[in-house]
Formats: sequence, structure tokens, C-alpha cells
Amino acid sequence: MAVLVYTESWNGCFKKASFEAVSYAAQLANKLGTEAIALTIAATDNAAQLGNYGATNVLRIANESLATFNNQAYANAIVAAAEANGADTIVISNTNNGKAIAPIIAAKRNAGLITNVIELPSSTSPFTVKRKTFSSKAFANYSTTAAQKVISITPNAIGALEVGGSATSESFDYTATSSDNRLSSVSVDRATGKVSLTEADFVVSAGRGLKGPENWGMIEELAGLLGAATACSKPVSDIGWRPHGEHVGQTGIAINPELYIAIGISGAIQHLAGVNASKNIVVINTDPEAPFFKAADYGIVGDAFEVVPKLIEALKTHKANN
Amino acid sequence: MKILVCISHVPDTTSKINFTNNQTEFDGNGITFVINPYDEFGLTRAMKIKESTGATITVVNVGPLSTEPTLRKALAIGADDAVRIDAEPKDSATVARLIANYAQEQNFDLLITGRESIDYNGGIVPGMLATYLDIPFVNACIGFELDGTNAKVIREIDGGKETLEGSLPMLIAGQKGLVDEKELRIPAMRGIMMARKKPLSVISAGDTTASTTVISFELPEAKAACTMIDAGNVEQLVELLHTEAKVI
Repeated sequence: MAVLVYTESWNGCFKKASFEAVSYAAQLANKLGTEAIALTIAATDNAAQLGNYGATNVLRIANESLATFNNQAYANAIVAAAEANGADTIVISNTNNGKAIAPIIAAKRNAGLITNVIELPSSTSPFTVKRKTFSSKAFANYSTTAAQKVISITPNAIGALEVGGSATSESFDYTATSSDNRLSSVSVDRATGKVSLTEADFVVSAGRGLKGPENWGMIEELAGLLGAATACSKPVSDIGWRPHGEHVGQTGIAINPELYIAIGISGAIQHLAGVNASKNIVVINTDPEAPFFKAADYGIVGDAFEVVPKLIEALKTHKANN
Repeated sequence: MKILVCISHVPDTTSKINFTNNQTEFDGNGITFVINPYDEFGLTRAMKIKESTGATITVVNVGPLSTEPTLRKALAIGADDAVRIDAEPKDSATVARLIANYAQEQNFDLLITGRESIDYNGGIVPGMLATYLDIPFVNACIGFELDGTNAKVIREIDGGKETLEGSLPMLIAGQKGLVDEKELRIPAMRGIMMARKKPLSVISAGDTTASTTVISFELPEAKAACTMIDAGNVEQLVELLHTEAKVI
């Protein structure tokens, strides 16, 4: 009845969301009176460090057939590991890859699947957890009576908790079958050195108030100073000023960083839906009536072209003094 | 070639969300329902395939009678026929199973869904449906090109994209990028007239035993008032982020 947590990696290194998933799994296991076992696939990172987040054992898959992500093969490998280790609850992070594999695993195991989970269960019998719903405009408490469960947690919602342990690790063998490999990866195009939006602690976002794509230099500079990911509003991605992958909001990416800075974005209900889970929201807008100010923690009424350069200077000064 | 596009009937993106019956049910009063925006990108991609290959498009929805206008809208956009599986869509796994039961005997070459619905946001139906049908699945699909029965598919990954290849049948779960926003189609009067005559069949659901249940809904707590900072005193913002919010 153990809890199995899949720890996603990129280029061999664990993602930040994976440490959070292990923390969640360990706390969940504690509530269920069992242990949390981590599963890594094609990770070269130090497996023992997952013990620091509460995993007791780490299963490592290093099979060549799973060297690159493939939703079918990875899901089957996770199912095989769960079966071999008597795990009835599987924890996954709701990243792009996590979203692809969770429903496959749940269908294979006939499990109750709850996605977008933001808290530990409020009850374990019946198993009840809170999740985001209606594009972050609401929350829902879901329960499942299924014997097998798959819980997919929202990155940045729960946080990683270091407990100072060390995990044992062992290899686990799984070889992808031909039915796992019906799709082949031709190329991966990923911006290196960029912070991924769903996992970012800080996000700097801009909208039509910036007047044109040539004005994004200061947004990138501000993001660079903060170690933030850059994002944009829907109109900006629709007119092609910024790539679709940066669109945050109801029909784009939903985020919940520590700090969200919105520049030249009025705050339509669809935009707020994707960002209102951010822990701190700063809004910079020329229009004092912009609806975004009602959802903000800190607001500046002013022209982005004057305020942002000043903010960059103030941050540089702050960095130099702290 | 036969394409199935799964259509979810959802509140318009501008909707304010409220709950009734002791916070256990979504309050549909005064709400305008639309085709799930993610599904609309998929339907538009299907229309382009239809126009270049002569494929037929079936749209399917799991829902009560009140969802039929949404299916009619999909017919007005250009789908050939519609199927409504008569059940309250209360649980994603059940919806996936019901669609799979229907699709199993139809031999669709391509199944298109949205990556999630904008109401419950489960993102569960596409992956489960593909698994029940035992066909390959691409989530968060932002590009799809067909050459005979071979497909080149682009999916979004965290911080980038991946290009995949495979042959039909397959299921793609789409979003913006599958087509551009400006390519979305508004039904013309002629399309709306024709849609009235297109077949819309209703099939009974059978077993709808659910594995998950909503116990209650909650709305987010109201934000405290926003602290306004003078545009001439940006340093104060940095100070507050440091001492009050403690994020920098």
C-alpha cells in the first residue's frame, strides 16, 4: 500500500516540481501510515537526495528504450513499478509530461484520478482532496472511493519540504515494448537557460500596454534580474508579439508563482483566472480603473515606459545592498 | 477518412462562477454556454483536414438535452453529424469510457479533443480515451500535419516543443497553435440553416458509475485592498516586496 511518486527530470536532472512531488508523497504516505517510494526514469541526478524530501527508497530506470520521454512507455513503466512494489497511490506533478501520463496510468490501473490538486487530503477515508477548478476561478473538494488512486499535483501549490533524510536506491528494469513506441520523437526544441512558466517562482508578464514586440527588452531585463519567467496576455500572443507558450490565462497556462508582475495588462476575467493563484501580484497600468488593481496586492498607476526602467534601477540598487 | 471531435459544453470564458445547493452544484443561471475553446481549435483543424482530404467529421458530446445547441453550433461550423451520449458528465473517467464505448465500433482514423475543458480542467478524458481505444496519444498538441495516414504532430513541453511522428489512428488533445485564433470560424447563416438538417443522434449511456465525486465547491477568498504606490516612488515597491511580501 505504498505511495509511488514519479520524479520527472530534464537532461538527467530532477525538476524542481519533482522535489515538491516527493514532499507531497512523503506527507501523504505519513497520513496513510506507509512509505513513499520515488521512481526516476533516465535521471542521472543523485537519487539519494530525494530522501531529503522524505522518500525512503528510489527506483531507478536507466533502460535505453526510455532514454527520451514517451507518454505510453513512461506510463507503463510507472504502472509496472507500482505493481511490483504494491503501491496503490501514485503521485505525479501536473507538468506537461505529467498531464500526458496521469490519465494513461489511471486508465490502465482503473484508478480514481484527481488532477490539479493543491493540498494534502482533508480526509483519507473517503479519500478527499482539494483541487483547482473552473480555470482557477474556484476550488472543489473531490473524493474517490477507488482502491487505486492517481493524484496529480499543481506545481508551486504545495512547496518542497526538506526533512534531511537520505534514500536508498536500486535499479528497476522496464523495457519499452513496440506498442509503447507507436510515436517517434523527431526533434525537441527547448529554450535553454529559460525558467519554465509552470515551475517559476517569479513571473514578469506584459500586455498590449507595451505597444509593440520591440519593447519587450525591458521586460526581459526585469525578468532576468529577478530570475523570472516571462509571460504575456492573450491578445499579445494572438497578434504574434510573443509566442503562444507565454500566454497565461484561462485558455493559456495557469500559474501560481510567489510573485507575478503584470505590466500593461488590464486584467480581464479570463486573464485573472490563470494568474489569481499567484501569492503576490504587482500591477503596473496607466489606467487607474483597470480591473486588475482589484486583484492585486501592490499597484502602480503609471506609464510602463517610465515605471519599468525605474523598477529595474531600484532592483539593481536593492541587489547591491542586500 | 473519419474524424471524431469531442465537444465539451462549457460556460463562456467571461462567466462569473457561482455555486448552488449548498455549494455542491455549479449555478448555470444566466450563463452562456459555448464550445470549449480548446475543442474549437481542434474542430477547426478537423475542418481544414476535411477540406483537403474529404474526410467526414463526427462531433460527440456527453451531456443532457440542454447541450444540444452546442453540438448544433459545431454542425454549423461544418461537422457532418453529431452524437449526444445522454448522461450528466459528472466524472471525467466516466465520460472517457462512454465515448470509448461509442468510438470502439466506429473505426475513426483520427480523434481530436481539447487538452482540457475550461470548466473542470481535469485534462483526463483525452489520455483515458486513447488508452481505452489502445491508440497513441499526443497531449497539448500545437501542430498537426497529415500526409496520407502519417502524421507529424507537435506538442508543447515545459519551455518548448517536441515534434513527433506516427501513423493513424491516433488521438490528439489540442490547444491554440493547432490553428491560430484568427482561423477560428464563426458559423455563417447558411451553415446554421444546414446544421438544422444534419443528423444528431442520441445514444443512451448505460453504466455511469463514477470513480470520483465532487463533495463541495469553494470560491477563492476576496483579496485585501491593493496597496497603491506612487509612480515616482518605485523604490517603495522594492522595499515592500522585500520587507512585507518577503519575496525578494
